[in-house]
Amino acid sequence: MNSTPHRHIVARPQADETPLVRYLLSSLAMAIIGLFLILPLVAVLVEAFRDGWQTYMTAITDRYTRHAIGLTLFAALVCVPLNTLFGVAAAWCIARFEFPGRSLLTTLIDLPFSVSPVIAGLVFILIFGAQGWFDGWFAANGFPILFALPGIVLATMFVTLPFVARELIPLMQQQGAEQEEAAIMLGASPWRMLWTITLPRIKWGLLYGVILCNARAMGEFGAVSVVSGHIRGSTNTLPLHVEILYNEYQFSAAFAVATLLAGLAIVTLIAKSIVEWRQQRQWESASS
Amino acid sequence: MSQLTSWTFAGALGLSALAATTFAQAEEIELLNASYDPTRELYQAYNPLFSHWYREQTGDNVTIEQSHGGSGKQARSVIDGLPADVVTLALGYDIDAIADRTGKIPEAWQSALPHNSAPYTSTIVFLVRKGNPKHIRDWDDLTKDGTEVITPNPKTSGGARWNFLAAWIYVLKEQLGDLGKLDDPRYTNEVSAAQAAARQFVGDLYRHVPVLDSGARGATNTFVQRDIGDVLLAWENEAFLTTEELGDGQFDIVVPSVSVVAEPPVAVVEGNVENKGEAAERAARAYLEHLYSPEAQALVAANYYRPVDPEAASKEDLARFPELELHTVDEVFGSWREAQATYFDDGGVFDKIYQP
Repeated sequence: MNSTPHRHIVARPQADETPLVRYLLSSLAMAIIGLFLILPLVAVLVEAFRDGWQTYMTAITDRYTRHAIGLTLFAALVCVPLNTLFGVAAAWCIARFEFPGRSLLTTLIDLPFSVSPVIAGLVFILIFGAQGWFDGWFAANGFPILFALPGIVLATMFVTLPFVARELIPLMQQQGAEQEEAAIMLGASPWRMLWTITLPRIKWGLLYGVILCNARAMGEFGAVSVVSGHIRGSTNTLPLHVEILYNEYQFSAAFAVATLLAGLAIVTLIAKSIVEWRQQRQWESASS
Repeated sequence: MSQLTSWTFAGALGLSALAATTFAQAEEIELLNASYDPTRELYQAYNPLFSHWYREQTGDNVTIEQSHGGSGKQARSVIDGLPADVVTLALGYDIDAIADRTGKIPEAWQSALPHNSAPYTSTIVFLVRKGNPKHIRDWDDLTKDGTEVITPNPKTSGGARWNFLAAWIYVLKEQLGDLGKLDDPRYTNEVSAAQAAARQFVGDLYRHVPVLDSGARGATNTFVQRDIGDVLLAWENEAFLTTEELGDGQFDIVVPSVSVVAEPPVAVVEGNVENKGEAAERAARAYLEHLYSPEAQALVAANYYRPVDPEAASKEDLARFPELELHTVDEVFGSWREAQATYFDDGGVFDKIYQP
């Protein structure tokens, strides 16, 4: 296998900048992080509790908020496992085999990253809309796609498609196929090879991809906004609910619901750091 | 005596049985109302009022789901398959568009209910910052140097189209003095000069717009929350809501000399509600008809819309509405269909005068 590793673990070079430069650079970095990451987070919390704890609790236990939470969790629960399966399969194909169209496939997986989510939503309207290609056939036969749950799941699937595959392709390319080839030559079934060789070796990368995929699935706004129809208590996801509350001048409630999303982001960050740390160790042991 | 008791008892039994069957037949109905942006508070108040009244009348339980957005966007969603049972939009053309493209609304929908199917009206006024620092009194003050005007995109927002037409009406009125000349062949030259002046003025107006939001509510938030612009062209109801419930005295309303009668109409989406059965169809019709009832009209006035039947509204609510010279779209532009085709369709006047 002649795959080029996409990442290198390089020993940290000896810092030879003057202390002043180091000090300036790191304070600049801290200032930027404070301005763009910490400040908004603080603002969300301050606004959320502006009208007191009572308003906060009312906002996040409201019937429509609960429904939005349920819908968002459901969409993530469908999309993340499906995209995990797809990601592993796609990364496996691309990292292990040479076939015509391989680089085209790699490029296509990236498509959801390069297409604006709004366009993705509109594409679904063109396909499944009452005036679209299928001429509303699904809705007419009692299985509406747009402005209903399936549309939200489809749009979320589309935007989160690349996350797992993108994470696994460089990892699997770098690891090479030797161990798997050895397993097959020693008589292991493909199934056994998958469970005892492939998956354990990619598990941290996989988890990392799953976490990112989940964060995006729960936070997606644009594509879902186009196909949702914004029906309260029916097709309103958490991010859309924040917008609705904001537009209704319920600013505290909007920010209260936003803290749920911010909380999710923080949990994601922590999980991501743990996984990254484990993954780092795995890289190191793989390259030694 | 015992005879009487047993009769009474039997009668009571019969009554309760009757009541039981009535309740057994009571239907659970869900209706979806696709509405435009600034009606959120109105329908939040009206939906429980209607559900309660309807349950008392028929025993049926109606739950109303709401969807809000820019009027044009909502119409587009219904055309693309949003299963709305009733639409309560910002202007007639958006309902025409649904009727034309889907056939789910009968072509003559506007005569289905009184007052062109508009149970409330409003108009376009200006919202300015406290103390009116830019001294904005009337439409021609909007195009002064250094004045920033906030109005949404007429392509997607109903309110924005009313804003556009109100500005246009103002110039025609200024130039012609009497709008009756519009239909009088003797004044053809004068009218075309006035139309050219209107086009010039409105084009100039849009050069003073720094942000074009997609809906009226977005534009209000731009002006109020993000503190952008000197004047917001707003629905009268939206302007009141902002000053009385949000602004903490940060804003003033300026009433221009001339404006437009904005008639936000309502219609049943027959093609959608008929799939839900007769009980739902009856409920959808009743939902819109009941908007004309005295109690709903009082609610309309309390939510800063002008009621078509002011009898039941409270005097204080009515006293808030300023008097100004108002003209209808039909009077000045013929009809909403014509206005839409001339000004807002692709390649229309707005596309020609608006260069960002």
